[in-house]
Amino acid sequence: MLTILFDGIAYGMLLFVLACGLSVTLGLMNFVNLAHGSFAMAGGYITLILVNRAGLPFFAGLPIAFLITGLIGALFERTLYVHVYGKSHLDQVLFTIGLVFMSVAAVDYVMGSQQVFIAIPSMLQGRFEFFGIGIGRYRLVIIIVCGILTVALQLILSGTRFGSRLRASVDDARVARGLGINVNGVFALTFAFGSGLAGLGGALGAEILGLDPTFPLKYMVYFLIVVTVGGTSSITGPFVASILIGVADVAGKYYVPKFGAFVIYTIMIVLLIIRPQGLFAPRGRQIGVPR
Amino acid sequence: MNPDPKPQTPALVEKVTHNLATRARWGGWEYAFWLAAFASIVVMGGWWADISPLFANRHLILTEIAWLALFALSLDLILGYAGIISLGHAAFFGLGSYVAALLAKHAIVNEPVLALVVSGLAAAVLGFATSFLVLRGSDLARLMVTLGVALIMREIANQIPDITGGADGLQGVTIAPILGTFQLDIFGHVAYTYCLIVLFILFLLARRIVYSPFGLSLRAVKGNPLRSSLIGIPVDVRLVGVYTFAAFYAGVAGALLAQTTAFASLDVFSFERSADLLLVLIIGGTGYLYGGLIGAVIFKLMQDWIANLTPQYWQFWIGLVLVLIVLIGRDRIGALTGIVRTLAQRALPRMASPATPVALPRGEGH
Repeated sequence: MLTILFDGIAYGMLLFVLACGLSVTLGLMNFVNLAHGSFAMAGGYITLILVNRAGLPFFAGLPIAFLITGLIGALFERTLYVHVYGKSHLDQVLFTIGLVFMSVAAVDYVMGSQQVFIAIPSMLQGRFEFFGIGIGRYRLVIIIVCGILTVALQLILSGTRFGSRLRASVDDARVARGLGINVNGVFALTFAFGSGLAGLGGALGAEILGLDPTFPLKYMVYFLIVVTVGGTSSITGPFVASILIGVADVAGKYYVPKFGAFVIYTIMIVLLIIRPQGLFAPRGRQIGVPR
Repeated sequence: MNPDPKPQTPALVEKVTHNLATRARWGGWEYAFWLAAFASIVVMGGWWADISPLFANRHLILTEIAWLALFALSLDLILGYAGIISLGHAAFFGLGSYVAALLAKHAIVNEPVLALVVSGLAAAVLGFATSFLVLRGSDLARLMVTLGVALIMREIANQIPDITGGADGLQGVTIAPILGTFQLDIFGHVAYTYCLIVLFILFLLARRIVYSPFGLSLRAVKGNPLRSSLIGIPVDVRLVGVYTFAAFYAGVAGALLAQTTAFASLDVFSFERSADLLLVLIIGGTGYLYGGLIGAVIFKLMQDWIANLTPQYWQFWIGLVLVLIVLIGRDRIGALTGIVRTLAQRALPRMASPATPVALPRGEGH
């Protein structure tokens, strides 16, 4: 029971790191980025190459994956995404689906279509008993890493000048622009950072979520659920939503394996109907609606 | 001038009727389009293949184009006419597919045309039930709800393997002769003729509906839901109506696939199918009914061509096309097809004389 809770929390933390970039992108630019999972996949495969082929230690591979994915994100943002911000949601959806298809086929071409595993250090494998709770070592590492990241994110958002600029831009981009905040610059940086986080999440999660070229398609809906349920106005919302979804999904798949997948989808649809602005967003503010 | 508006009304009704009739009149290029489509039954059947390889049998791919065109037509009804973005239109397609396959397999409804209607109705019921989910909410919420519905449908089909065959697909389906006379053949002759006739009939119906006052009010709703409700259009009723109607079309398209391949698998619900469908419609253009049809032709030919070049990685090029379409701008591409359409209209002057709106079905606009 508590083991499931533990696994669920680890899963949820992972989801949060993967999806928080998406929620900021959506909140800040009202941009529907279905290709977010592609960045996560990129991070996973970069780590795979670094660790399995180049022989780097696992914990050295993670920050490099973060940096490279972030750079890729910045590059894509400046060259491609920037042309699509002003377009309709339909265009954004088409554009990002196109990117997903391209990334899936490209990774398939370069890396092969089979599922791959990143070699994690042997000291992180297996599980131990702690007051009767079975704890997977690797999951514990995930919780620790993601926990540190979450706290750091919260501190950056609440404590730094960049964080206040970001919050101002999310709240009202027009007014923020009027106050002299370079909203586009803030956005580009956030996009790159969010992509980097997704890459890190993809690298960390390869062991649990599995890594193969269809990753962006498989997990797209999970990221979207996190954003929908959590809202886009803060990172607390997506965080709580991620944990809830992680626990619900793990518990659902464990207790009612027949209906495991239904649980999540049903929760999503019901929530969208009763609280279209997200569980934790102030009322009257809907996600994905231009302000 | 006249305080009593009543005497003016007949004149107004006549004017509106006349305007509607003018809009709904068939253009010469439309006749040409359907003549070409029906000519392909004979020309591309492979019977003249001795004369030139141009006349080789293409009925198998044409069959695919026909049901894809119907599927895209269905999406056009909700996207092009009601402005609802759907990423889960495969839910209705897949349901229609499975219903048709099951009806045939267990010999519940043997006659394919009847089974087609039943499958369409089943999809329409699902469409009606889920239409209430897309009434409110932003584009993003609609995207996710439609996506979620398709995922749930796929999951249901996956979880009841006793009925649906699960991941292996539904095998052992035998399709009875159409109308009790025409047995499907391996060359696809009957299948293509059948699909094309179904497509044509349903196209006529859709055409009639979008040029009716109902269709006009849909356009108003798409333009501005708030204003339309202020001028007395029941927005929700209209959206539910068109969503249900489009679901029927998608169900029929899925049933056509199941009947012509005698097979149904989980693939019918896949996200890729919904996403590809968006591409099909976008290639052809939204909001004039022919977009889905033209898009289906271009998409299938492109897919066939790319798959021949790189069988495994054709998805990459499909993705590239999507990205390019958005970066270039749909309106610019639309302007290009618009030029082609204008040229076609000039080359083929309207066959119907202006005084007699012959193609307008009786009773329309009243």
